[in-house]
Amino acid sequence: MTDIAIKVKDLGKRYRIGAQRHAYRTLREKLNDAALAPFRAVKSLAHTNGTAKSNGIEGQNGRNGSSQIGHATLNPAVHSANNLIWALKDVSFEVERGEVVGIIGRNGAGKSTLLKILSRITEPTEGYADIHGRIASLLEVGTGFHPELTGRENIYLNGSILGMKRAEINKKFDEMVAFAEVEKFIDTPVKHYSSGMYVRLAFAVAAHLDPEILLVDEVLAVGDAAFQKKCLGKMGDVAREGRTVLFVSHNMAAIENLCSRAILFDQGAIAFNGNVNECITAYMDTGSSTNSSDVDLTSHPARDLGALPLLKRVRLLDKDHNLKDRFVCGEPMKIEFSFERPASLGNPQFGVGVNDWMGARVFSITTYFSDSSLPALNGQSKVVCEIESLPLAPGRYTLSLSMGTLETLLVDNLENAVSFDVESVDFYGNGRVPEASFGRVLVRSRWLAVPERLETK
Amino acid sequence: MISSSHFAVRESQPELPTLRIAPSKGWVPLKLNDLWDYRELLYFLIWRDIKVRYKQTALGATWAIIQPFLTMVVFSVFFGHLAKVPSDGIPYPIFSFAALVPWTFFASGLNQSSNSLVGSGSLITKVYFPRLIIPLASVFSGIIDFALAFIVLLAMMFYYGMMPTLNVLWLPLFLLLALVTSLGVGLWLSALNVEYRDVRYVVPFITQFWMLATPIGYPSSLLHEPWRTVFGLNPMVGVVEGFRWALLGTNTAPGPIVAVSAAAAIGILITGAFYFRRMEKTFADIV
Repeated sequence: MTDIAIKVKDLGKRYRIGAQRHAYRTLREKLNDAALAPFRAVKSLAHTNGTAKSNGIEGQNGRNGSSQIGHATLNPAVHSANNLIWALKDVSFEVERGEVVGIIGRNGAGKSTLLKILSRITEPTEGYADIHGRIASLLEVGTGFHPELTGRENIYLNGSILGMKRAEINKKFDEMVAFAEVEKFIDTPVKHYSSGMYVRLAFAVAAHLDPEILLVDEVLAVGDAAFQKKCLGKMGDVAREGRTVLFVSHNMAAIENLCSRAILFDQGAIAFNGNVNECITAYMDTGSSTNSSDVDLTSHPARDLGALPLLKRVRLLDKDHNLKDRFVCGEPMKIEFSFERPASLGNPQFGVGVNDWMGARVFSITTYFSDSSLPALNGQSKVVCEIESLPLAPGRYTLSLSMGTLETLLVDNLENAVSFDVESVDFYGNGRVPEASFGRVLVRSRWLAVPERLETK
Repeated sequence: MISSSHFAVRESQPELPTLRIAPSKGWVPLKLNDLWDYRELLYFLIWRDIKVRYKQTALGATWAIIQPFLTMVVFSVFFGHLAKVPSDGIPYPIFSFAALVPWTFFASGLNQSSNSLVGSGSLITKVYFPRLIIPLASVFSGIIDFALAFIVLLAMMFYYGMMPTLNVLWLPLFLLLALVTSLGVGLWLSALNVEYRDVRYVVPFITQFWMLATPIGYPSSLLHEPWRTVFGLNPMVGVVEGFRWALLGTNTAPGPIVAVSAAAAIGILITGAFYFRRMEKTFADIV
């Protein structure tokens, strides 16, 4: 009884989503709502039959998975007619003091929602969680970093945001700076830092948090290989010190090395809870489903505020048209859009932005800036963008998707709507495998000796 | 069992606090002790706001002075010189500037805090801390601007040969009144702004109307009792008349006005804080 650090009981979190309703409302809408309410009541009475029918059809399609607009990624555990989805439902588990528990699952399985509830960022809808001990959460490295402030200033700011006391930061300051290897630049504004330095500094602060219970979300997937190794080492130290850690990651090797137990989430519920290796096997089985490379965009949270939800779905495919979320360097990739096209809209244009894990744009491809322009569409509701060879270094990337017209420009836009991994492969055909530290882009090149006479010319 | 208390902390074991995370319903306590625990974060956020503001603007601190000063010049020319608006027997420029300095503090605090939550979305969705800290920090970070403008005010008093009386000891109280008002309204608007984004467009109007409804370019002595005291329901009336009384020695004994203003400001602050806390649980989901 005294050994329980975290006890979660029947925890559930419901989100309201919906294409007709944006994430936030405007006062005008609210006022309109109020003014029109009496009329709508009459109208809904008249239309009851019609609505019931269309709901029925949608529900059926959702179950069969045959609907054009799939419910793949947001994978609601329960889906009701008024657009409420349970991101987490009936989740119960306990974590003992000193345990390091891995949380794994596909994107949207509820892992992050769980951590957000446990770290008090958002409230549960039902159930409860008891936390015994001082808790700190690390959902992102560098939260609150300000580019104008120096490394030193950001350490204090970020440390206090993560819940450290000033005295504690003073004490650990030198250690953090040494860990980040930025001694020389500690009084330079971080906007002048390289991305590597930035991440190292951010992680250094986080790594020196000293709580009894630590919640970590996927933050180790940053930096170059050497630094990742260092971070994993630090995490290992934390684990050995007898601290309780909940660790969300897609890095199965890290989970295997660090965790004494793992919990697999699927569709907002616990699918497996126990032995790490068995859990990873179970996870690989859910991996054959195509969640993260087939994304329902109808009510996606990544949509820009105010954008028209015209893009309905995106799928990442390999050259044989199979769904895929792990590509290798240089592999062909197809990005297929399903969309809705109101009659009023001119000929649509599409764009894809490829971003690295830090959110920096690596490159963009659009129908407008392209060597083969998109033919005029008559009635089609799908287009596919073919990339001959992915020029990306190993790592995780996200895609930002947009749809517009030549006249009105951007109509719909989703930032980081879908993610995929690129894995190392013999890209250059010489048996050497590119590394993440090479930069984001792989370029084929030819190296020649310049003949003497050309040089003198 | 669903606890209705919001993140109640109770002691079950001597050294380990137990935190219960459960859904909350309706109105929730303010949890000011939680706020106190996070006072260092408040300090660092204020410090960041100030530092970044002065680093990013070319004129830096000068903005704090330019804005009220130019307004004073315009007021002096049009209201004081052309329209001959009375100024309680005090040179019009200093009469209006003594009001503009606290007003600018109030208005910029109101403006900053209204947008503070939406602007801190990345913090709110990534880490827990009492959310009240965010609008608090934006109001407090205006203090430096106020101090700079206040120095100019003192210089102007010197120029006009005015010596502050002992009443000046009350000045911090009037500044506090401006802060409380700014924070109270800021709490309301920032929480509303998360859910209804058009609040952002309403804020400039509110400030504009509020400025006209505050005796900055004119004296409140234009009104007769009891209306003058009723005017104090606008807490900035108390602030502005208080500043003039404390610094310039206007003989418009502001007692009743200030009392009414203080009551109104505290009312706004308390209701604002409770409304903010009530809406707080939805911030991370919709910001």
